[in-house]
Amino acid sequence: MRIGIDVGGTNTDAVLLDGDVLVAQTKQPTTADVTSGILSALKAVLERKPETASVEAVMLGTTHFTNALLEHKQLSQAATLRLCLPATTLLPPLIDWPDELRTAIGGYTYLVHGGHEFDGREISPLDEEEIRKAAKDMRNNGVRGVAVSGVFSPVDTSHEERAGAIIREESPGLNVTLSSEIGRVGILERENAATLNACLVDVAERTINAIRNAISSLGLDAPLFLSQNDGTLMDAEFAASYPVFTIASGPTNSMRGAAFLSGVLDGIVVDIGGTSTDGGALVSGFPREASVAVNVGGVRTNFRMPDVFSIALGGGSIVQIDPLQIGPGSVGYRLVEEGLVFGGNVLTTTDMAVVAGLADIGNSGLAGGIGKSLAEAVISEIQTRIENVVDQLKLNAAPVPVILVGGGNILVKDSLAGASDVLRPEYAGVANAIGAAIAQVGGQVEKVYSLSDVSREEALASARQEATDKAVGAGADPATVEIVEVEEVPLAYLPSNAVRVRIKAVGNLANL
Amino acid sequence: MWKVTEQDLESIAIGAGILGTGGGGNPYVGMLRARQMIREFGPVKVLSSDELNSDDRIICVGGIGAPTVGIEKMRDKQAYYAMRAIEDYTGLKATALVSNEIGGSNSLEPLIPAAISGLPVVDADGMGRAFPQYHLKTYFVYGAPYAPLALADEKGNTMIIPEAISAHWVERMARAVTIQMGCVACYATTPMNAEQIRNTAVLDTLTLAKDLGDAVKRAREQHEDPIAGILDTHPGKVLFQGKIVDLERRTTQGFARGKVTIEGIGGYADDHMEIEFQNENLIASISGDLVCIVPDLICIVDTERAEPITTELLRYGFRVTVLGFPAPDLWTTPEGLAVAGPRAFGYEVDYTPIVI
Repeated sequence: MRIGIDVGGTNTDAVLLDGDVLVAQTKQPTTADVTSGILSALKAVLERKPETASVEAVMLGTTHFTNALLEHKQLSQAATLRLCLPATTLLPPLIDWPDELRTAIGGYTYLVHGGHEFDGREISPLDEEEIRKAAKDMRNNGVRGVAVSGVFSPVDTSHEERAGAIIREESPGLNVTLSSEIGRVGILERENAATLNACLVDVAERTINAIRNAISSLGLDAPLFLSQNDGTLMDAEFAASYPVFTIASGPTNSMRGAAFLSGVLDGIVVDIGGTSTDGGALVSGFPREASVAVNVGGVRTNFRMPDVFSIALGGGSIVQIDPLQIGPGSVGYRLVEEGLVFGGNVLTTTDMAVVAGLADIGNSGLAGGIGKSLAEAVISEIQTRIENVVDQLKLNAAPVPVILVGGGNILVKDSLAGASDVLRPEYAGVANAIGAAIAQVGGQVEKVYSLSDVSREEALASARQEATDKAVGAGADPATVEIVEVEEVPLAYLPSNAVRVRIKAVGNLANL
Repeated sequence: MWKVTEQDLESIAIGAGILGTGGGGNPYVGMLRARQMIREFGPVKVLSSDELNSDDRIICVGGIGAPTVGIEKMRDKQAYYAMRAIEDYTGLKATALVSNEIGGSNSLEPLIPAAISGLPVVDADGMGRAFPQYHLKTYFVYGAPYAPLALADEKGNTMIIPEAISAHWVERMARAVTIQMGCVACYATTPMNAEQIRNTAVLDTLTLAKDLGDAVKRAREQHEDPIAGILDTHPGKVLFQGKIVDLERRTTQGFARGKVTIEGIGGYADDHMEIEFQNENLIASISGDLVCIVPDLICIVDTERAEPITTELLRYGFRVTVLGFPAPDLWTTPEGLAVAGPRAFGYEVDYTPIVI
């Protein structure tokens, strides 16, 4: 059996799964120290575990590291070493960061020789002595985490790898993050993401150790995995080195859980909460990734974040009648006190759904003053907005299945324009925890190939092999590894036929 | 005379995105670079063409290469090195700089050597929009010299093309060298004089880019319609409004070619617009009738915020407004159309000016 846990801002949810069968579920309040909430959730589901069954793995999705970045709390002193000279000196690392965040992490930056051209030639050879000097300086400045970013490291990782090894040799104990392991082409954004990772390594190690201790304190002898934002898992040891991959794992787990609960692998997931609606697209059971820069705590990044489209509309959205306005204000989680049908005095979208006959919750008599035609007009407007979310996420005009999760799904009728089917899976309330418990691991490669050196087929085959090897390295059973995504984009204004290839391989966790 | 300050850069970038007609690359890195140089060296003076004197010598600088490479190996001071190289070769010192292309990231390139050297930039460019190649400039159509040309990389390599039989040959040779230089070179042309600028440049375009960006920003802040703000600033019209429903792409010879189909919304509900692009948007038709043809400007912006959308970022489902603007007069003469009319891009149609 496996346990999936989702630590959200308000609740810590847990589920116990036996294969594909949900054995137990619970919702506990999230606690400031994170671990006591996790302990209560673990205890609650373990009470329902049959005596003879054993727990083989615990999978956890958490927003803890995202919050550390947003609140500038518990961040380590970090350095960024760019392999680039004599190129890219005009814009040094951390150039467009918010001042407070840069100050919070120390903001030490170093430019040294190295890096590659788009076609794999060296910009200049590495100068090992220069890197050793920088490593010493970092240690003297009390740096704990180092991001190493080489120009065109997505084409050739060798300089970053060698520089990382030199830093570890020179200043043992420094935690090194290579940008090529984090992000894609676009040096500022990739370097930013690597630096965010570097400043999270201490808080990650402490938190993950505390959670491991909590698990073993209950007598569980099961490995711990953390959810990544691409919908795969990483083991606890890897997670302690790559905490940045947990950012935005919440929406990802919700989409993965919705896919699991509905059996739909390709479609649109719409999570309608109290205040907002988040939509995402499922491709082969995984969230489609954003193709543009994503802002994390005021910092532009370009690593594999889910492509989420959000609007300010939920079950707690406040409705004004004259003139008619729905949201963006919301009573949020206070809906059950302030909504009309719950005896409050704020008119919300949920009240409208009750009057329109879409939902039977609270006391419909308390909303008796609302005309049915008005309620239907509001519901029709909500319907249009949700249909727009679905449409914005589609890649073509063909109808697709739409999976509704979140408490606000009662606002929507059983048919939506552009949807081939509208599904509302059972247990959608714990979709995130279920999404966390889906035991798959993956490997992703993004590289630029110059097709004057290799054929297109050779380039694709080499990227496929590398992605597969990474998935196996992450713990996948080789027999189950499959390629779930291939993207090939030629570089414009460049008649030399260079192409950017992105490939993702996924497999089931071995030994489970 | 006015001065480009740090605060103006965001506006110029938005305006340059609109005038980029789908091409010219993302101006984000260019904006950061210009900001960094203005922070270090101070604001850059902008001269209008009638403020130039007869002894002024104006060098046009621009970036050449691939936008995707430029976001990885970001440009440094290549344009400054190229400017110094052409000065040394010709023995003529620049007194001002001018842009090659107001559309996209190249609009900001002259600000970098200008800030470093303390020289002003002239309020003009050689396209009034974006085009993908060196030879597609009004400067060369009307006789300003396309050679000698200096190219520079970030490492200290420079190269001069002393002579060529046409501007198109300069493009071919410069492109080949640029690839060897690692694809983010800059070039600088032989200095032009004031008369050449007045006769061959599209004038007042840096101001236009800034005004367009200011109008968009002001409308967004005041929750007004930014598209109306654009049209109040620069004469043009809404060609179409709708949703992207189909996208075809193919890449040949380094050019991202394709076609985007937009299904009408609101007043356009029963129609479809098709736009053919080759890096830039070139031909727009509504239900088969041509409504806007290169060199007139076809700009796709998102309907809500008027954020310009480059051809590589087009995607199904986007709500877009298509704006059309008349081409600068210099492009609509027989000489101009021979270089940048529809036939120059392989479309067997005649240019008919947009009706606004």
